[in-house]
Amino acid sequence: MLLIPCPWCGMERPEIEFRHGGEAHVARPQDPAAVGDEAWTEYLYFRSNPKGVFAERWRHTFGCGRFFNVVRDTASDRILAAYKPGEPRPAIESEGLP
Amino acid sequence: MTQRFRVAGGAALDRARPISFTFDGVAYAGYEGDTLASALLANGVRVVGRSYKYHRPRGILSAGPEEPNALVGVARGPGRFTPNLSATEVELHDGLVATSQNRWPSLRFDVGAVNDLFAPLFGAGFYYKTFMGPDWLPPNWAWKHVYEPIVRRAAGLGTAPTEPDPDRYVRFFDHCDVLIVGAGPAGLAAARAAGDSGADVVLCDDNPAPGGSLSAETRATIGGKPAREWLAATLDALGAMPNVRLMPRTQAFGCYAENLVALSERLPEPALIADPGLPRERLWRVRAKEVVFAAGAIERPLVFSDNDRPGVVLADAARRYLNLYGVKVGDHVVVVTAHDSAYRAALDLKDAGVAVALIADVRDEAEGPLPDAARAAGIKVAVKAAIHAVEGRARLKSVRLAAHPGGMRVIACDALLMSGGWTPSVHLVSQSRGKLVFDEALGLLRPEAPVEGQRSASACNATFGLAEALAEGDAAGRAAAEGAGFPPPAPRAYAVEGAPRAAGGTLGAPLHVLGDRRVKAFIDYQNDVCVKDVELAVQEGFRSVEHVKRYTTTGMATDQGKLANMNALAVAAAVQEKPIPEIGLTTFRPPYTPVTFGAFAGPARGDLFDPVRKTPVHDWAAENGAAFEDVGLWKRAWYLPRPGEAMPEAVARECRTVRAAVGVFDASTLGKIEVVGPDAAVFLEKIYVNAFQKLAVSRCRYGLMLTETGFVMDDGVVARLAPDRFHVTTTTGGAPRVLAHMEDYLQTEFADLRVWLTSTTEHWATIAVQGPKARETLVPLIEGLDLAEKAFPHMSVREAKICGVSARLMRMSFSGELGYEINVGSAYGLDVWKAVFAEAEKHGGCAYGTEAMHVLRAEKGYVIVGQETDGTTTLDDLGLGWAVGKAKADFVGKRSLILPELMREGRKQLVGLLTEDPEAVLEEGAQVTESAAPPKGSPALGHVTSSYRSATLKRSIALALVAGGRARMGARLYASTPGGAVAVTVAAPCFYDREGTRLHV
Repeated sequence: MLLIPCPWCGMERPEIEFRHGGEAHVARPQDPAAVGDEAWTEYLYFRSNPKGVFAERWRHTFGCGRFFNVVRDTASDRILAAYKPGEPRPAIESEGLP
Repeated sequence: MTQRFRVAGGAALDRARPISFTFDGVAYAGYEGDTLASALLANGVRVVGRSYKYHRPRGILSAGPEEPNALVGVARGPGRFTPNLSATEVELHDGLVATSQNRWPSLRFDVGAVNDLFAPLFGAGFYYKTFMGPDWLPPNWAWKHVYEPIVRRAAGLGTAPTEPDPDRYVRFFDHCDVLIVGAGPAGLAAARAAGDSGADVVLCDDNPAPGGSLSAETRATIGGKPAREWLAATLDALGAMPNVRLMPRTQAFGCYAENLVALSERLPEPALIADPGLPRERLWRVRAKEVVFAAGAIERPLVFSDNDRPGVVLADAARRYLNLYGVKVGDHVVVVTAHDSAYRAALDLKDAGVAVALIADVRDEAEGPLPDAARAAGIKVAVKAAIHAVEGRARLKSVRLAAHPGGMRVIACDALLMSGGWTPSVHLVSQSRGKLVFDEALGLLRPEAPVEGQRSASACNATFGLAEALAEGDAAGRAAAEGAGFPPPAPRAYAVEGAPRAAGGTLGAPLHVLGDRRVKAFIDYQNDVCVKDVELAVQEGFRSVEHVKRYTTTGMATDQGKLANMNALAVAAAVQEKPIPEIGLTTFRPPYTPVTFGAFAGPARGDLFDPVRKTPVHDWAAENGAAFEDVGLWKRAWYLPRPGEAMPEAVARECRTVRAAVGVFDASTLGKIEVVGPDAAVFLEKIYVNAFQKLAVSRCRYGLMLTETGFVMDDGVVARLAPDRFHVTTTTGGAPRVLAHMEDYLQTEFADLRVWLTSTTEHWATIAVQGPKARETLVPLIEGLDLAEKAFPHMSVREAKICGVSARLMRMSFSGELGYEINVGSAYGLDVWKAVFAEAEKHGGCAYGTEAMHVLRAEKGYVIVGQETDGTTTLDDLGLGWAVGKAKADFVGKRSLILPELMREGRKQLVGLLTEDPEAVLEEGAQVTESAAPPKGSPALGHVTSSYRSATLKRSIALALVAGGRARMGARLYASTPGGAVAVTVAAPCFYDREGTRLHV
């Protein structure tokens, strides 16, 4: 069970207090009317699925209730960073674990 | 025949406490401290089960949880029958009733044994090649009517219990600094070291009497003391340390992220009998800062023809039975081995008076202290051994082998001890995603780089030998303590004597077995997988270990291949002439051994399975005869029958009363959200399709919200109390989802809007009053508000007092009649309800439930999200396009509305359906088709979403989603029923007061 560091609460809490929020940094287009059908469908349905370092959202549903972002290596399941929405994604290399 | 195979000794036994038990109805005797397996062996019971596929008689192979054959059902009283327990793990207790499995009519004479004769038909993957056709029958007919019933009866292992488990199980979370898995020499040394550092230590072991390999050790000494004395002293010392918790009978079955380790603790039967208040098992989820794996290694069988006969036993298991339980596995035995450790067993058995005819070593040479000691003790040793045949189906009679010197010979024996070497138990390391590497020199898989916060010690780390185990355990305990932030104590030196080096091992099958398809040389005992099956799999193109495993089912039984995996891997590699690492390794998954369902359920069963949510009016409804339905976790009053009424009569009466007089309805379960802030209206316009900025204070609007993909997600009423304050309602089931959806957008997309959202679902009790007499019902109770039509029109909201209590009063209707909804603080809900109900009764009114509520709204064609919608339904499909705020540039879902699929011709649209026979009530979900007998496989036009008998209209009504429905008005279509299609006419989806005049009175 992952220990997830909530940047709002300032501490690590067990995974069961949180809900996964999908890929991070998928910004809703500012002007959806100006987006073509194909690009809009991409935005709705397509997400990356890397084996390795991945930025994702979590919400502390049974805690402070706030969303934040996490960088996690999907292969090793290690959490590498946690940061608030609006903050830049930290540049982190993969740990190279299997 | 009283315990003919019992001898002196047996460290685990208390001979002063004899025990009687039965196995397959026969009474036997044993002692406290016995396992069922040791007691059966002591009594000379050789056959304990029948194998899964071939129904071959099987005996006890091992002395631990890796046991694949001796699976029994144990009954402990009514409702307490557990199948598929390993007899090696069942602690003997007085009155234990055990039965063998997978045999009929009896163990001795099992009809299923005919499968052994038909073995060539039952090779790997046989079920992919059989049980099909014949071609002249309809597809699947033979499978459904002939093969499946037979296969179902024959398949499976054990009999499932038929009564609910009456035992209590508990679950705990726990934390510690150092968790040590396994209380053998390494684990004990680690516990000593970590405990000395002051760290909080948990040491768990699945045995009732921890000690690992030490429990059966009779020759070695540690610090001058015999090993078992050292063991007892160490356990005492650890028991005296307040920071060390020793947990016997506790299996670490799963290792999860960040050192969360799951433990399953069994309580001993005598304790449970003495105190029925105790739980049967405890499930512990332990978060450890540091973990030491000291899980040991498992002895591997040798692979040769008929290596599954009763009497063929793992060598170290035979030694364990002797030294722990005082049981000899036979009177005259042969030992066949690839590893020095079997020589220890031979020496111990000889000392106990067993005749050891020969140690047949499969290696080219038998050198080293242990073979030398055997020779010195007068035991014959031969090398280059190959087992060719084993005689004796239910009872071992002899073995035919070739060895040097002496060549081919037949030796009479009643037990054959075998050892293929030792497989480190790396399961928990693998579960933690630790890296494993195949050690070519040692011929085994061992941990490579440990995961942070974990380390392995001794045999599970491929470090063998008693002295090495203690040293590595000590080092691991110190490292763990240090990792947890405690200064480690000085290294402890353990002086070990009498534990000579033991090495060796072989993998896979010998050359004379490979390629011989007539021979049954077992790799996986529990699933009856032989060498020939692995060869067949490779021949048929299943080359990787993942495919070999699934095609042959090797390693897929409840023992998860503890005895099988390495041999299967080696045979697959040998057949393909590839090195083992190239074939691959499958992942180990929890649980390490089977865990009782009850342990996972814990207290969450029966009434405690799910929390139950009740409204403030619940008890009143129950007292007044309401039947309840579940809506999510809520209990909602479904209908309130009067004496003599069944559901249809009650619902009809409730509907008639609402339309003729007045009805009172508990709507407290609906979701409510308080939306507050200067940007509240802007935010609502982003989330809902409707316009809200211009909604006047004291007005309400029916709001619809979409997902970003453009489909209807939820609906409700939005009431404006102030420029910056809205009272928003949602569906009962959708409330948490809607709030989460709103928070997501507010926090991450529209973060600069100044709005705050608060869930107020449980804050307000909501009482709906609907019917032509609704106003008269409420006027006497309301202060501070004029309820006249002009003063308080439809879709208004005001704050007022009801029964002296502050309320938010809304005028809105889900029934199509004059209607109001009263929101009061939930603490006042019951009293206000009673007052309103008393007034309603004066006007001939009644209380009504959710069923009547559904019928009334369906008569008006009001949709219910989740009933008329399924997540792919659009506003336009429902005919609700008018709700969209035309001037709004953007809202969630808007862009998707003009995607091609959402604008496609022929989409399913909401219509009404009137059956040509007015008494026929359609089933919800019925398929709507153009003809009465559409061709098989053709798609339906749509389906019935809601269907009721309408007391108002005195006939059935239905709502449906039908392709191009709006263009089919008046058309005749058909709806499916179990008895055939019935004719329906397509109508407008509103059957009553289409102009809505009854709302505006």
